[in-house]
Amino acid sequence: MTIEKINTENLILYYGQKLALNNISIKIPEKKVTAFIGPSGCGKSTFLRSLNRMNDLIDSVRIEGKVMIDDINIYDKNIDVVNLRKKVGMVFQKSNPFAKSIYENIAYGPRINGISNSNQLDEIVETALKNAAIWEEVKDRLGDSALGLSGGQQQRLCIARTLAVNPEIVLMDEPASALDPLSTSKIEELIVQLKEHFTIVIVTHNMQQASRISDHTAFFYLGELIEFDKTRKIFTNPEKKQTEDYITGRFG
Amino acid sequence: MIKNKKIDIKGVAIEGATLLSALIIIAIVVVMIVVIVNGGKQQLSWEFLTSFPTDGMTKGGIFPAIYGTFMLVIIMSVAAVPFGTITAIYLTEYAKENSVIAKTIRFAVRTLAVIPSIIYGLFGLGFFIKFVGAQVDSTFYGGQLKWGQPNLLWASLTMALLTLPVVIVSVEEALRTVPKDLRAASLALGATKWQTIWKVVLPGSISGIMTGTILAVSRGAGEVAPILFTGAAYYLATLPGLSDQFMVLGYHIYVMTTQSANVDQTLPIQFGTTCVLLMLTFLLNMTAVILRYRIRKKKNN
Repeated sequence: MTIEKINTENLILYYGQKLALNNISIKIPEKKVTAFIGPSGCGKSTFLRSLNRMNDLIDSVRIEGKVMIDDINIYDKNIDVVNLRKKVGMVFQKSNPFAKSIYENIAYGPRINGISNSNQLDEIVETALKNAAIWEEVKDRLGDSALGLSGGQQQRLCIARTLAVNPEIVLMDEPASALDPLSTSKIEELIVQLKEHFTIVIVTHNMQQASRISDHTAFFYLGELIEFDKTRKIFTNPEKKQTEDYITGRFG
Repeated sequence: MIKNKKIDIKGVAIEGATLLSALIIIAIVVVMIVVIVNGGKQQLSWEFLTSFPTDGMTKGGIFPAIYGTFMLVIIMSVAAVPFGTITAIYLTEYAKENSVIAKTIRFAVRTLAVIPSIIYGLFGLGFFIKFVGAQVDSTFYGGQLKWGQPNLLWASLTMALLTLPVVIVSVEEALRTVPKDLRAASLALGATKWQTIWKVVLPGSISGIMTGTILAVSRGAGEVAPILFTGAAYYLATLPGLSDQFMVLGYHIYVMTTQSANVDQTLPIQFGTTCVLLMLTFLLNMTAVILRYRIRKKKNN
């Protein structure tokens, strides 16, 4: 029995005059890993960014349709985008730690939420770093600059930073695409662990990655959602020929 | 054919000409500095820097001019830096890139930057002294002349206007060096736009902002035209307050070389004053260069 966490209805998105997403309707289950795959420019990242309204930052974007999260349309007029983003966190393709200490990177989110008690912050920082499987590596140098960490560590730090705000959904935009295989496998293990507490939506270029870590997979092509199903079904017995062509490497 | 190497006379001539013009630049700088330092070095002493002019300005020091320059620079910065920074924040963080308002502001900033400094002086006289000052006098001082005349405050504000474009442009540049990714990260954590600016963008660009500020200040420290009508004085026996006229290094050089009772006799003082002004602006520029260098180094790591 799965409960749906995100439910989009006929989502249409334009960049200026260009149609980037056409009629996307999808039901993303709670506390599972859902992967978006598809060739570059297919709209999967754009779609991901519309789930926490990061596309609002781009002036030319226009959106129609609904994105329901827990049965609330996040594009309603009276939605507080700031609170929405606390609930729907995001990890970016390129790790982007602040030029602050490791500790301050994690404490940033809780602090802007008004938490200033240092014991409480210490606890949040430790929990977040543990949840992101990086605590052991950094616990003795929390005061050091986050920019001194390796690429893989930086990305896990960014995941920890997102977790520290205590979101319900974590969106990940190709979080391992810039990392070496070892760091990638650490991130993948981490994602699988995280679904116990969080709903994870991940965009990936790497089909093996999608098949390894996700429960459900959505295939996007040219701004359309071609097929969405259990990952095993998509990778072994897809309904649509386009999906099959893509996962067998015939294009893309 | 291949072995038949000829000297390319035209090429050599062009290279020589470009080198020559580059060397002329160096020569100008060297001559300027050597002459000024040579002429001024005997004059430079602790006493020269810390005492008032004496004997009808033919002897003594230049302390009031140094003091006036510092006060001018400080008040000008207090006015121009926050104002310029806030404008730059609007342009980089809030205004849409190609909106009419952003374009208009940029056009205004560019225009301000090319207005001759003497016109700033006239504007300061007309606006701050004859309008604002006179209004203040008639409202609060029963028409008695207090603020409706040239003084340190109006001169500093006039100078602030002059340096404003430099501040705005350099702060804008500094803000733009903060990667968009970091803004996105902050917003994605549920920070408001202002929290993002205050806690991520400004701390990330603070050294750039300081560099720009110092460059603006060093420009202001050497300018004379804007303060001619708005507050600079020939000689004062006491240190100025906000509503007093004041002595200032650049103007002091001008009066010593043109208005002095005995120009030849005061020649060492002229050189000394010029030397001090030059060193002051060098010092400011060096600080800016060092700061900028440190930012670059930090960014490359």
